[in-house]
This record gives sequence, structure tokens and C-alpha cells, in this order.
Amino acid sequence: MTAPINEIWVYLSASPLLGLTITLLAYQGAFWLYQRSGCNPLANPVLIAVTVLVVFLTLTATSYETYFAGAQFVHFLLGPATVALAIPLYTQFHRVRAMWLPVAVGLVVGSLTATISAVLVGRLFGASLSTQLSLAPKSVTTPIAMGIAERIGGIPSLTAVLVIITGILGAVGARYVFDAMKLRDPAIRGFAIGVASHGIGTARAFQVNEQSGAFAALAMGLNGALTAILVPLIAGWLTGP
Amino acid sequence: MLSALTQLLIFQLAGEIIARGLNLPVPGPVLGMLFLFVALVIRGGPGKDLQTTSQTLLQHLSLLFVPAGAGIMVHLHRVASEWLPLLLSLLVSTLATLVVTALAMKLCQRAPATSGEQP
Repeated sequence: MTAPINEIWVYLSASPLLGLTITLLAYQGAFWLYQRSGCNPLANPVLIAVTVLVVFLTLTATSYETYFAGAQFVHFLLGPATVALAIPLYTQFHRVRAMWLPVAVGLVVGSLTATISAVLVGRLFGASLSTQLSLAPKSVTTPIAMGIAERIGGIPSLTAVLVIITGILGAVGARYVFDAMKLRDPAIRGFAIGVASHGIGTARAFQVNEQSGAFAALAMGLNGALTAILVPLIAGWLTGP
Repeated sequence: MLSALTQLLIFQLAGEIIARGLNLPVPGPVLGMLFLFVALVIRGGPGKDLQTTSQTLLQHLSLLFVPAGAGIMVHLHRVASEWLPLLLSLLVSTLATLVVTALAMKLCQRAPATSGEQP
């Protein structure tokens, strides 16, 4: 009594089990490759996992909606993980307090640079209005950025994708940028990564250095809050005539 | 692990309720992080359980972005038609943010130190 393969497929593709399993499989495979490469930033695990998943879903003609019904359990953990960032923040707080001035200045300057440059460069090269608005919150973590995009008239799901690409770019490029700048301080490196590329940058920073990771987490949280306040105020002015 | 996960969820829930209730622009999880931070200061540090669970969660933070990232397949059309402004915007903006943030911090950090060293 063996069911034909397409019957099994019909069952699997309708259940959340498949989406969840392939997400974990793709990520673990990608993470294995990343480690094998000696944690080379170019072998970014998010980039590899997303590519594998998109190819798989396209080949099996599975819709994103069906996939997300399973993958949402992983997506949901972004919330508690954001809350958990309080712990590295607490352990590194003595360093944060000693650096409050550079932290405050870096946050405001970095946050403004991220939003203004994203919208203006997009606008300069002919991005549509809804794309410009979706670009505005691209440097903050997914749930926050999607909320901002919704508020200002962008497309939340497009923003989520732009957020991920930004995160990957920051995680991949930061080391080369900072090395070229001859910048060694792990606190500053971490904070700048966190401002520019939120959780994906923070994940990368944690893998390299605990202190960088804590500063990246701090930057990601502060920038999320600041951007949520700033972007709705300046988005209309940036995209206006 | 169960108690730690529950604590994280409670702080997130508190953050969501207050953010929505008071109509704050700050997202719930960020507010939850702030509350947990204050709780840690009051309690004098996380317990062992909370420490290990958060470490596990944060170690695989990048996994949590994968489902949203795969959403690119829904926007392939737009990405294909606006690839140039999107690519340039993300590249220039990410690079500029990294450089500007780091430079601003370095300048602020250096300023008092050098003035102090002057004879």
C-alpha cells in the first residue's frame, strides 16, 4: 500500500511542516558552508539559504504564501529575539555608558544617513514613489521596518526584502570597509554595523566578537526606535516634488 | 528554557500592549527589549536559564530573517524592472551609513582625548 508520490506531495505542500523543514534545512546547509569557508563574509548564510529556497519553491511551483504558512514559526521568533538583545546590552553596559557621546552622535548621524541616502539615490535613478517609500526604513530590523513602511505608504513585503538585502550587504561588506578605514575598535565597528544593517549585521558581529555584537545589538535597537520616529516625519519631504 | 522563553514573550507582549495602547511610534519588541533591560538592572543580571536561552536564540539570529528574505520571489517583477535604482540605493546607502556612523563616532571619541593630551 504505497501512496503515489504526487499524492504525498499534495499532502505535504498543504501542510506547514514542509515550509518549516526546508527553512531549517536550507539554513543549516548554508551555515555549514559558511563555517567551512572560515566564516568568510561573502558566504553569508542568509544569502545562500534564501537563494536555495527561492530556487526550490520556483522549481516545485510552490507559492510564497504556502511556504510562509510553515516558515512563519521561524519568522515569529524575531520578536522574542529582539527582546533577548537586552541581555548582551546589559553585560556590555559599562562600555556603552563610557561611550555615550560617540554612541548618541553615531546613532543620529547614521540613522539620518541611512534613510536620506536610500530615498534620494533611489529617486535619482528613477525608483517609483512606492519603491522610494519602501526603501526609507531599510536599515532597521524586519518587523519594525514593515510597520514603518505600512504607515508611510510603502509596500511592507517589499520593505522586508530590501531590509534583508541591506542586512546581507552590510554583513558582507563591513569588514572590508572598516579595514580600508583602518578602524579597529570593536565597539565602533559593531555599532556602525548595527545602524547600517540591523539584525543580519548583528548576527555577523556576534560571530566575530562579543563586544562588537553587543554594540551592534544596541545600535539595532536604538536605530529601530529612532527610525520609527524619524521616517514618518521626513518621508513626505524626501519623496516630495 | 521554557521559563526563559515565557519571560521573553511576556516582555514582548508588554511592549506590544503599551506601544499600541499609547499609540507610540516605537515597535513592541523594541519596547520589550527596553523593559527587559530595566528589569535586568533591577534584578542585577539575567538568570542562568535566560542567559543560555537568549544566547541560543541570538546565535542563530540570521536564521530568523530567512522566511522574510524568501519573499523576494513575490517581488521579482518589481525588482527586475527597478533593479538599477534599488541596487544603487541599497549599495550606496549601506556603504555611506557604515562609513558615516563609524567616522562620526571616531571623531567624537578622539576629540576630548586629544585636547587632554595637549601640553
